[in-house]
Amino acid sequence: MYQYSALDQQLVDERVEQFRDQTQRFLAGELSEEAFRPLRLMNGLYIQTHAPMLRVAIPYGLLASDQLRKLAHIARTYDRSFAHLTTRQNIQYNWLKLEDVPDVLEELSRVEMHAIQTSGNCIRNTTADHLAGVVADELDDPRPYCEIIRQWSTLHPEFSFLPRKFKIAVSGSAHDRAATQVHDIGIYLVNNPDQGIGFRILVGGGLGRTPVIGKVIRDFLPRHQLLSYLEAILRIYNQQGRRDNKYKARIKILVNALGIDTFRDLVEEEWLHLKDSGIDLGEAEIEAMRQFFQPFEYIADTGEGEQALARSCQDSPAFRIWYERNTQEHKAGAYRIVNVSVKAPGIAPGDLTDAQMDGVAALADNFSFGQVRVTHEQNLVLADVRKVDLHAVWKGLVALDLSTPNIGTLTDLICCPGLDYCSLANASSIPIAKQIGDRFDDLDYLYDLGDIKIKISGCMNACGHHHVGHIGILGVDKKGEEWYQITLGGSAEEDASLGKIIGPAVAKDQVAETIAKVLDVYIAVRQEEETFLQCVRRLGIAPFKEAAYA
Amino acid sequence: MRNRIFQGATAVEDQWQLVEEDSTTSAEVHLLYHYADWIENRATYLAQPGAKGVLLSNTDDVASLMPDLERLALICIDFPEAVDGRGYSQARLLRDRLGYSGELRAVGEVLVDQLFLMRRCGFDAYALPDKNVECISKYLDPFTVKYQ
Ligand code: SF4
Repeated sequence: MYQYSALDQQLVDERVEQFRDQTQRFLAGELSEEAFRPLRLMNGLYIQTHAPMLRVAIPYGLLASDQLRKLAHIARTYDRSFAHLTTRQNIQYNWLKLEDVPDVLEELSRVEMHAIQTSGNCIRNTTADHLAGVVADELDDPRPYCEIIRQWSTLHPEFSFLPRKFKIAVSGSAHDRAATQVHDIGIYLVNNPDQGIGFRILVGGGLGRTPVIGKVIRDFLPRHQLLSYLEAILRIYNQQGRRDNKYKARIKILVNALGIDTFRDLVEEEWLHLKDSGIDLGEAEIEAMRQFFQPFEYIADTGEGEQALARSCQDSPAFRIWYERNTQEHKAGAYRIVNVSVKAPGIAPGDLTDAQMDGVAALADNFSFGQVRVTHEQNLVLADVRKVDLHAVWKGLVALDLSTPNIGTLTDLICCPGLDYCSLANASSIPIAKQIGDRFDDLDYLYDLGDIKIKISGCMNACGHHHVGHIGILGVDKKGEEWYQITLGGSAEEDASLGKIIGPAVAKDQVAETIAKVLDVYIAVRQEEETFLQCVRRLGIAPFKEAAYA
Repeated sequence: MRNRIFQGATAVEDQWQLVEEDSTTSAEVHLLYHYADWIENRATYLAQPGAKGVLLSNTDDVASLMPDLERLALICIDFPEAVDGRGYSQARLLRDRLGYSGELRAVGEVLVDQLFLMRRCGFDAYALPDKNVECISKYLDPFTVKYQ
C-alpha cells in the first residue's frame, strides 16, 4: 500500500497544527461560528445531534493493521468505544469532544491518516473497488490512480470552495463494486488497443434529491492525462455550478442544465489550455505509484488448502455455511477473499467496537498480510487469506461476533445513521435495519432469496444510497411521524439504474412486513436462476405494488 | 471605514479609490473602476493619465480584460462570501493563462484562514475586513509542502 514520503507526513502534520490553531481561536471566541464552520468541515468535523462527529478518511478503503488499531485506540480513548463505517469507505466517531479533535488528528497523523476533506464543499475521499488487486476480472488496479487523485485534490488551492461536495470513484473491473456511475466523476479503467490503459470518464452522477446516473464525457483518456482533465472539469464546475440553492448545486444539475454535449465542449476547450501545462504526471511517476500496490508474494496452490477446507466443512456445518457465503474466489488459487460481516443482528450496520477493530487487526497481521479493507457496503474485507488459514480466521471472527453468514443477502444492508445521530434526518434508519434483521432471521430463507441489496436513508440526502438499492427505503416525515417510501429495481453496479417508487409511504412498523409481501411475489413468480433484480426488471413494479398494498 | 490592506505580508496604506457614479475623484489617488464601467468606457479611461485598476465580481469574464492587462496596475476580485470559491479560478486564469502581472487583490469576505489558498492561486494583495489582524505572515504560508 502507499507509504507516506517525508513530504506527505509534513503536510499532514502541518494540517494538524493549522487546525489546532483554528480550534483554539474558535474556543477563545476569536473566530465566529460562521467562520469556523467551513474550516472544521474541511477537517471532517460536523456538529451533530449529540456531539461533534468526526469523519476520518480511509483513502480508497485500504487500512494497515496499525491504522485500524489506532482507530480502535481513538474509539476507546476519546469516544464511547465504537466507530461507524460509512457508505464511502470512511469511518466516523459520534461522541467526541471538540477540544479533543486536534489531539485525535495528531494521533491519526502518526499512522499516516487524516480527516482532510472528508466533509465540506471540496473534493472528498476518492473511493474504489474494495476488491482491487485480488480479483481475476480486473483490468488494472485502480488504487494507484486513487492515490494520485488523493494527492492532487488535497488542499487544492482552486477547488477548496466548490458549489457543493464533490465525489470521485474509480473502478478497474468489469464488475463495478464502487458505485462508479452515481458519483460526481466516475472513472472506469479501460484498455485501448493503440494507447494502452486509460480511462472512460463519467460525469454528473449522484444520488440525493435528484438521483442521476453519470454520463460519459470522454470515452478514452490516456492515463497520464488524468489530472489535467479532472482539473478542466472542476474548473468549469467551480465557475458555472449553481450557488444560489444548495439542492441544485451539485455538478449533475449543471450537466443536466447544459446538456452533456455542451458541458463536454466547455471542458474540452478548457482542457486544451491545461493539458500540456505541467499538471500531469509522467509515465515514470505513474509507474512509481503503481509499485506501491503490487500484489503480495502469494504462495503457489498445492491443493493443500482445498483439502483442509473439505475437512473443515465436513467437521463444522457452521464453518461451511460461512465459507460459502462470506468468502469468495481470489485470483491466486491458494487464497480466498474473506468478507467480514459488520451486520450482526441487533447491531447498527457498520458499527465496530474497539475490541472488534483490534481483533480484526490481529487477524490481518496473522493471516492477511497486515491489511484490511473497508467496503462502501459497510463491511470489512480480509482480502488475502490462505485457504489453509480460513478455519482459524473464521474462529477468530466468531469470537468477535463478525461472522454472521449474511454477505450479499437481505440483511447485509446499507443504512445511514438517520435520526439516531444525524441532525438532518427526517426519520430513523437504524431501527428499520433492526426490524428487517428481526423479521428475516431465517438463514435458509435468506439464502433462497439470493443476492438482494437493501439500502436505507433517513432523508432525501440519500447517504444510504436508497435509490440504487434493489429494495430502497427512504424515511420521510409526515406530520411529525416517521413513514417510509419503498423503491424497487435500483442498482449501483455496471448495470446502474434508479429504483421506482411502488406507492405511498408505509408506517414505521410496516416496513419489514411490506418487504415480506414483495418478496413473496418474487418467490412465486421467479424463473429459474432469476435474481430479485432481474425479476423486477422483467415484470416491472406492478405485481409487487399490488401485493404490497393488498 | 476602510479595510486593512496587505501587499504580501506587509500592511500598506490604500492608494486606490473606487469610482462610483457620483464620486468626485482627486488626483492623489489611483482610480479603481467597476468591471462593467470599465468595459463600457475603457477607451476614455485609458486615455486619462494615472494608474488604473478594475474591480471584478466573481461572475465577470476575466478574458475580456485581455487587451488591457498590461495597462492595469490593479485587479481586485470580490469574494461576496468566504465560501464562494469562484474568485480562485478567476485568479488562476488571470495569472496562468492571461499572464497578468500587476497587483491582484482579494477583497470582500477575505478571512485569514483562506489566505494561503488565495496566495497559491496568484493573489498577492488582500483587503481584510477584520481590523484586528496585525500580522498575516503565518496565514499566508502554513504549509511548506504542496501537491499541486
Ligand atoms: S441520508 Fe439524511 S438522515 Fe441519513 S445520514 Fe444522510 S443526511 Fe443524515
